[in-house]
Amino acid sequence: MTEPHKIIETIDITKVYGMGDISVAALKGINMQIKAGEFVAIMGPSGSGKSTLMHILGCLSRPTTGRYIIDGEDVSNLDKAQLAHVRNKKLGFIFQAYNLLARTSALRNVTLPLLYTHEENKNIEAGDEKARAMLEVVGLGDRIHHQPHELSGGQQQRVAIARALINDPVLVIADEPTGNLDSHSGEEIMNILHKLHAQGTTIVMVTHDPKIAAHTQRTVHLIDGLVDNIVHNGRTTLMSSHEEARHETV
Amino acid sequence: MKPSEAMRIAWEAILKNKIRSFLTMLGIIIGVAAVIIMVAISAGTEATISEQITSLGSNLVFVQSSFSRGGPGQMASGGLVYDDAAAIQDGVNGVVSVVVEQNSSETVKFSDVSLDEVEILGTTTGFPSVRDVEIATGRYFTDTDIDRKKKVAVLGSSMAEELFGTTDPIGQYITVGTTKLAVIGVFAEKGSVGNTDYDARIYIPISVVFQKFTPSMFARIMGDSIRMIYVEVDPDENLDNIITQIELLLVKRHDVTLDTADFSVTTQQDIISTQESTTAAFRSLLAWVAGVSLIVGGIGIMNIMLVSVTERTREIGIRQSVGATPDDIRMQFLTEALLLSIVGGLIGIVVGVGGSYIFGALSDMRTVVSLSSILLAFGSAAIVGAFFGYYPANQAAQLDPIEALRYE
Ligand SMILES: Nc1ncnc2c1ncn2[C@@H]1O[C@H](COP(=O)(O)OP(=O)(O)OP(=O)(O)O)[C@@H](O)[C@H]1O
Ligand SMILES: [Mg+2]
Repeated sequence: MTEPHKIIETIDITKVYGMGDISVAALKGINMQIKAGEFVAIMGPSGSGKSTLMHILGCLSRPTTGRYIIDGEDVSNLDKAQLAHVRNKKLGFIFQAYNLLARTSALRNVTLPLLYTHEENKNIEAGDEKARAMLEVVGLGDRIHHQPHELSGGQQQRVAIARALINDPVLVIADEPTGNLDSHSGEEIMNILHKLHAQGTTIVMVTHDPKIAAHTQRTVHLIDGLVDNIVHNGRTTLMSSHEEARHETV
Repeated sequence: MKPSEAMRIAWEAILKNKIRSFLTMLGIIIGVAAVIIMVAISAGTEATISEQITSLGSNLVFVQSSFSRGGPGQMASGGLVYDDAAAIQDGVNGVVSVVVEQNSSETVKFSDVSLDEVEILGTTTGFPSVRDVEIATGRYFTDTDIDRKKKVAVLGSSMAEELFGTTDPIGQYITVGTTKLAVIGVFAEKGSVGNTDYDARIYIPISVVFQKFTPSMFARIMGDSIRMIYVEVDPDENLDNIITQIELLLVKRHDVTLDTADFSVTTQQDIISTQESTTAAFRSLLAWVAGVSLIVGGIGIMNIMLVSVTERTREIGIRQSVGATPDDIRMQFLTEALLLSIVGGLIGIVVGVGGSYIFGALSDMRTVVSLSSILLAFGSAAIVGAFFGYYPANQAAQLDPIEALRYE
């Protein structure tokens, strides 16, 4: 049996906000790998750098130092336009605040990424068809022409999931996807994510809820910009130092 | 992102906020309409002037009376006299004919119609030819009529209508001041040239004007004073040479120098160039006004686009997060600015063309709408849109995705 290939690999990633006296080191050297088909949870106290890490994994910002490899491609030194192409083709982002376009139908929100896909002979009907199918998958087949203000929070987040999936990403990144939802809606979202995982989608998700994290394969705990420990199927691996972390498979 | 998709997004954004879009376009609408209307007015004015100039007749030199710049005592002795005309005819080479004019303002009566301050123009037989007017009915007076001081009159077309209505004026007697004159002819309609309405005047032999309307003490010593001599010249002769001859002759006859001359000599060409420079000045003033309003319109677009970029920061962040490149964002806002100014430009064309016709119909100024002004106005609107849309579009393109998403 061949090992599933690495979808992402980070090497000593740091992120420093600001300059001089007021600079904040949000990440202090993150080494982690995620293999194809994995479902990984990220936990940690507020301010520990979870969102900062998600933004870097999502190619929304660049690390200050270190390297980041997605699907075999080193994206550490790409420019803004190239990063946008990576986000468009390889990544799907799910935000805590849904981030749907206002006054735009669910269908148009889901097809939004296709607008920025650079492909010859782009077929708009095929895109719409796929978006309908995606909305069907998240249980919103009967809401495709609704605008965000006509949908509940849980429904909006499901539209956001459909949008994240439209371009068949190699990795879905979710930053507290259930953070704004009541427990019932949150459960629905988690069911969808588990279903996607079962179908082979690779997911990395930030959560504050240990019960939600427990249902994933691994939980990475961040403290103060560093990986503190990793929980493997209930088994805990303690990280004593930077050096060790670099050689471990996280 | 394809241009057609950028177009669609821009169009949707414009429709989502109709009132703001309209207000944004207002500056462009006004600017474009202003360009079209103003060019139409100045083109209309030019057309009127050039028609008037062609109707002035050709190859004419105008010799006009003016006050002498001599001492106060000499003021009364200024101006041309009747015999100057004959002297020019005889003494200057290249002169084909001369026509003399003297006018007076009198009350005119016929039956129960009475008109005050009617211009009575005393003139000679060459008048219809040099001023390009034609007799409609009856006849014009002859040299014999002038020599014998015949009490006859030829009426301008509107004057004939005011005095006689539908009655045939020929053979009727009108009273001018205290003198009875027989109407022998009526001119065809001519219209106005400059400030003079040719149709509202009464034309009589110049000898009758001297005898009845402008007799003076001075006339008995120096000759009858006149207002103007039209000198028709041979087109093959050198015009400047003829003018110099006329000036020398009159300077000698009036015993003045060129600096103290009590007359002035001008040509058709002088009048044309004065009027042309007046319209050119008018036209460039209008162009400036229109240009400034277009720029103000452009600044309006820039203003609203900057506000729009700020308001839509989150939208920009969302688009960036799903893969919009800086170029995509720039293109989106640039297309929107361009579309706003193009739609504004189209509305401005409708307003401008419509406004030109309405203005032409409601005022006595003529307007001529030209295709070139429409294209010019529309083209400048598009350029203004692109120019003033670029800065806000660039601001949008440079937003950081994370900060844009965090924007409340
Ligand atoms: N744009 C920024 N400028 C300066 N400092 C920042 C910026 N963004 C984040 N930080 C800082 O970086 C650190 C990590 O922030 P981050 O948002 O990654 O935390 P988090 O783990 O997601 O917290 P939470 O659980 O509250 O969402 C914090 O100390 C924060 O103040
Ligand atoms: Mg966070």
